[in-house]
Amino acid sequence: MFSDTYRKIALDGLWNNNIVFSQNLALCPLLAVTGTATNGLGMGLATLAVIIASNGLISLARHLIPNEIRIPIFVLLIAALVTLVDILMNAYAHELYKVLGLFIALIVTNCALLGRAEAFASKQPVKLALWDGLMMGLGFTGVLVALGAVREIAANGTLFAHASVLLGESFTFLEMTVIPHYQGFLLMALPPGGFIMLAFLIVGKRLIDQKLAAKPAEVSVPVVAVTE
Amino acid sequence: MKPSPETLQRWQSQFAHYQQWLRDWLEPSHLAGLRPRLEFQTGVLAGFALIASILLGVTNCSTESTIQQRLDEDLNASLAEVIPADWHDNDLLQDTLTVASSEFNIGAAETIVYLAKKSGKTTAVCFKLTAPDGYSGAINMIIGIATDGTILGVRVLSHKETPGLGDKIEVAKSDWIHAFVGRSLANLTPAQWAVKKDGGVFDQFAGATITPRKSVQAINRGLQLFKARQAQLLGPE
Repeated sequence: MFSDTYRKIALDGLWNNNIVFSQNLALCPLLAVTGTATNGLGMGLATLAVIIASNGLISLARHLIPNEIRIPIFVLLIAALVTLVDILMNAYAHELYKVLGLFIALIVTNCALLGRAEAFASKQPVKLALWDGLMMGLGFTGVLVALGAVREIAANGTLFAHASVLLGESFTFLEMTVIPHYQGFLLMALPPGGFIMLAFLIVGKRLIDQKLAAKPAEVSVPVVAVTE
Repeated sequence: MKPSPETLQRWQSQFAHYQQWLRDWLEPSHLAGLRPRLEFQTGVLAGFALIASILLGVTNCSTESTIQQRLDEDLNASLAEVIPADWHDNDLLQDTLTVASSEFNIGAAETIVYLAKKSGKTTAVCFKLTAPDGYSGAINMIIGIATDGTILGVRVLSHKETPGLGDKIEVAKSDWIHAFVGRSLANLTPAQWAVKKDGGVFDQFAGATITPRKSVQAINRGLQLFKARQAQLLGPE
C-alpha cells in the first residue's frame, strides 16, 4: 500500500497531474525561458530545488500553521527560499546565474509552488511531501526541456546550444546541430511560438491519454464475447 | 573552570525537562488546540517572518564580498575584450576617473572611466555607455578608446533587442561590432557615422535597422564624450 502511494504521487507529478499539462500552471516562466532546451533545463532544475525545499519545510511546519494565515506563511517561505537560491547562485554559481538570473526571481510568481503547498504539502507527512516535490519538479523540468527542445530545433536547428555553460565542459557532447545550414524560424524563438508549440504538446498528451483510456475497453471486448 | 558533577547533573535534568516540554508543546493535538487562537496566529506569523529575515540577512552579509568579487571579474573580462592585454600593466578597476556625461545622452549623468596605463603613461581609456533608445529598451555597451581617439573595441554587455534580428550586435551572433575597430571622429565625417541606409558606412541588419542605427549613434556620442573630456582624462601633455 505504501509503495502504491509513492507510485501514484510519481505518476501524478510526471504525467497524470503534471503542473503544465494538467494543472496549466506556471505558464509564465514556461513561455519566458523555453527559447532553448538548455535554458529550459536550467529553469527546471532551479524550480525543482525550490519546490522540494518548500514542500519539505511546509510539511514539517504543517501543525504550526493555522488555517487562517496559511497563505501568507506559504508565500513568505517560498519568497525567502527563492531569494536564498538567488543570492547563493549569484555568489557560487555565477556563470549559471548570468544565464538564469532573470528567471530565478520568476520562481516566486510560480503559482505551482503555492499550489503544491496548499494542495499537498500542508496536509501530508514530510517524506511524501518531499517525494511529491521531486516528482512535480521533475515533471515540470521534463515539459520545460521538451518545449525548449522543440522550439530550439524549429527556431535555430540546434539542440542544447550552450549546454556546457550551464552544466560544465563535460556536457559539450549535448550540443548538437540537428538541421545543418538552417535558415532559422524566428516565430518559434518568440513568445507566440511558445504558445503554439505548447498547444501541440498538450494536444499530444491528450491524444496519448485517450489511447491509454481506450485500450482497457478493447481488451475487455473479447472477454465479454467468451462469457456469452 | 569545570562545573561540579552535581551542577552538571542538574543542567542535564533541566535540559531533559525543557526537551520534554518542547516535545509536548509540538504534539499535533496540542498545536491543534492553539491554532484557532489569535495570539498564537500572530506569534506564528511573526516567528516565520523573523526566521526568514535572519536567514536572508545572514546569507546576504556572508555572500556580499563574494558577489562583489564575481562582478569585478565580469567587469575585468569585459574590459579585457575592448582593451588588448599588452596595452596596459595596471589594474583597470583601481585606476578610474569619474567624468560628467549628462549632455551626451549615454545613459548616466556621470561615467566612470577606466584608465589603461603602461609604465605609468595612459595608453587607452574604457567606459560603459548606453544607447537609451534601442528598439526595445536600453542597449548597454562598453567601449575602449586609444588616446588618439580611435576605437580599440566595442562590446554589447546587455540588451533586450529582438532575438534573431537585433541581437546581431552581440559578438556571439555576428561580427558586426568589429566594424568599429580603428574608427574615430577624425577618420570618418559626421555623415559617415551612420548606418548605410542613412548614408553612413556601417551595415544595418535585414529586418532590423533601428538597433544598429541607435548603437552607431551612441558609440559616436561616446567618442564625443572622450574628445570633450580628453584634457581631464589624460592630463596635460
